[in-house]
Amino acid sequence: MTLKYIEEILPSLINGTWMTIKIFFWTLCLALPIGIIASLGEMSHIKIVKWLVKFYVLIMRGTPLLLQLIFVFYGLPILGVVFPRYQAALFTFVLNYAAYFAEIFRGGMQSIDKGQFEAAQVLRLDRWQTMTKIIIPQVIKIVLPSIGNEVINLVKDSSLVYVIGLGDLLRAGNVAMARDVTLVPLVLVAIIYLILISACSFAQKKLEEYFSYYE
Amino acid sequence: MLEVKNLTKKFNGHPVLQNINFTLKDGKILAIVGPSGAGKTTLLRIISGLETKDSGEILLDGQEYNLGKVGIVFQDFNLFPNLSVLDNITLAPELVLKESKQVAEKNAMELLTKLQMGGHEKQYPYQLSGGQKQRVAIARALAMKPKILCYDEPTSALDPNLRHEVEKMILDLKKSGLTQLVITHDFTFAKNISDQMLKIQPLGEA
Repeated sequence: MTLKYIEEILPSLINGTWMTIKIFFWTLCLALPIGIIASLGEMSHIKIVKWLVKFYVLIMRGTPLLLQLIFVFYGLPILGVVFPRYQAALFTFVLNYAAYFAEIFRGGMQSIDKGQFEAAQVLRLDRWQTMTKIIIPQVIKIVLPSIGNEVINLVKDSSLVYVIGLGDLLRAGNVAMARDVTLVPLVLVAIIYLILISACSFAQKKLEEYFSYYE
Repeated sequence: MLEVKNLTKKFNGHPVLQNINFTLKDGKILAIVGPSGAGKTTLLRIISGLETKDSGEILLDGQEYNLGKVGIVFQDFNLFPNLSVLDNITLAPELVLKESKQVAEKNAMELLTKLQMGGHEKQYPYQLSGGQKQRVAIARALAMKPKILCYDEPTSALDPNLRHEVEKMILDLKKSGLTQLVITHDFTFAKNISDQMLKIQPLGEA
């Protein structure tokens, strides 16, 4: 009986999973590069750029993501900026996660020994060559564990999109639970999250292995 | 020929170097000795272009020069940990001197052989001993064909019994015509390698 029930609700759960994966994937693709750029902004010598980025990071890290979603979807239309649900969710997630990534990259960048920059300087490498050949490869290795943590958080945070009416995995489970008065859908939801996160952990492990060619 | 005339440097108004004068002829070795805090490293950083001077002149073959004419072997070597020994050496010649990969690698291999580091080219810095890292740092600096090679405390990061090895290496490089400037607090070491010595003392608080 349970097996038949699972078969019945699985399509809607898979639909929800697809939404979860889409939010996850696009947030990661967009927030990582924006995070790198923002981290450079945080270390900028131009005061105004530095303070603007710091303010942005403060707002993003200082208020709940749930609140930010509500503001973007229900609040911005008051100012004349209207996002459809999915775009509102992506916009918020990208801005929020880019701020966390920026802090991680900044920390990674600042942990690189000053001697690395000086060695590059006396070898007459320009700033771009120094960053791409020497600094960024080392930063990536340093930040991988922290980025991995955030990526796993992102999978779970994506469930917050229910608040603006998007049908993600958790919402699909909730709907089935309320309708059929059983916890079985939520058990399935938990299993699917676990599978998604295991995949992320596996990818993280492989990346860390790849970068373990030096110490 | 490197000429330093009346070089002066202050940090926040405190003089660190005052009226430093010396001439280093091609193919010779100059040792700059003094206790820590005497401004030796600052002097080296100014000569190599990592630090600005307040006044005075630094001339290479009679001319002012920019970064890159002087090679440096840093105290902690500052090898790039993410690159193999070979890539550490060929990176700048390829990117800056625009040497082809083949030429850069051939030069690097010759330098490694000369410094008795043949066979280590595929290793990464973390796999090397201190003395080996130093040789790679020397090869990396020499690959940029500097007029002068400077060392910042070449014996301090190494096992004390390696001092003799470093002396031998520096004297071997001298035989090939290299001009060298060595900063050290080790007086005996300085005496063993140098053609001329410059002693500098910490400047008292004015």
